[in-house]
Amino acid sequence: MLHTVNKSPLDRNTLESCIQHALKGSAVLLIEDGVYGAMQGTQKSPMVESAMKEVSFYVIGPDLKARGIDASRVIDGIDIIDYSGFVDLVAKYDKTQSWL
Amino acid sequence: MKFSILVSEGPYTHQAADTAYNFTQAALEKGHEIYRIFFYHDGVNNGTRLTTPPQDDRNIVNRWSALALEHEIDLVLCVAAAQRRGIADADEARRNGKDADNIAAGFRISGLGQLIDAGIESDRLITFGD
Amino acid sequence: MSKRFLYVNRKAPYGTIYALESLEVVLIGAAFEQDVSLAFLDDGVFQLTRGQQTDELGVKNFSPTYKALGDYDVNKIYVERESLEARGLSLDDLLPLTYEDEDDDWAEKDSIKLVSAAELAEIMQAQDVVLSF
Repeated sequence: MLHTVNKSPLDRNTLESCIQHALKGSAVLLIEDGVYGAMQGTQKSPMVESAMKEVSFYVIGPDLKARGIDASRVIDGIDIIDYSGFVDLVAKYDKTQSWL
Repeated sequence: MKFSILVSEGPYTHQAADTAYNFTQAALEKGHEIYRIFFYHDGVNNGTRLTTPPQDDRNIVNRWSALALEHEIDLVLCVAAAQRRGIADADEARRNGKDADNIAAGFRISGLGQLIDAGIESDRLITFGD
Repeated sequence: MSKRFLYVNRKAPYGTIYALESLEVVLIGAAFEQDVSLAFLDDGVFQLTRGQQTDELGVKNFSPTYKALGDYDVNKIYVERESLEARGLSLDDLLPLTYEDEDDDWAEKDSIKLVSAAELAEIMQAQDVVLSF
């Protein structure tokens, strides 16, 4: 299953709740304000880094750029993708759950 | 692959409508089929032709209309959500005794059953909202 | 062939319209004879609390509608234990939701199933369509 998260983990528990319900082998895609969850060195980065042992993480590049987050500030191992990559992920996983 | 999309937020306040549009375009470019885009909650505000953004801003409503025209995409506004928020086509306006309609080109108003149908008929249903 | 639909509710009622309009989808969707489940987690568990009184707000109290779900054959209502506990709630604080089991001589049964976060994760994984409100 593909999970999408569009909230900053510093503002809401959405990403935390998503991670708690993401099974091994599933994927989490950070979109919109969710991309703040991909940043290194935040209070919430350790939560993401720990989850990455079992779950693949992706982030929308255009959303990062819009917010002035350079790729060098993204946690190592998170794949930066565009909307075409987003479509591929939705196709690859059998269903998508949007954590709103 | 056959995709359907649920848009749960109105234009401009939230990014959801922009993300949904960018996703839809990318899906079409890759040769996927968009079975339906369903607008619910404040998402029905994506379908009013009275929207008039500043000239240097994107026109989210016109963008949907153009997409529907070019790719024959079924854009559906939920009737119950639309009635609450003052979005009407000619039939709805007449039925509810309103003096005007405001639905944009390429959109139609129908029931929530169209969302369930999209879930049944599509390979994937993805939600953009808040 | 029917699909498995899960409606995920994570938002409290009244502050926003999502809870009410989610319920409207569930009621309409029930007519499509799909395999329907509801999940309540995070602040979504507040949707099911007893004692909601909205008259002083001037808005409709829609909580009694949850009790009608059993009549629509919507009887798989999963409530997450961790979410309840984090909010100082227990099952006793929630509306009694029941249905009549036609396979068991119409015996009245509880629709609410208390599940752990880990169990809910498996339930989510087992669906065909997940709608979040």
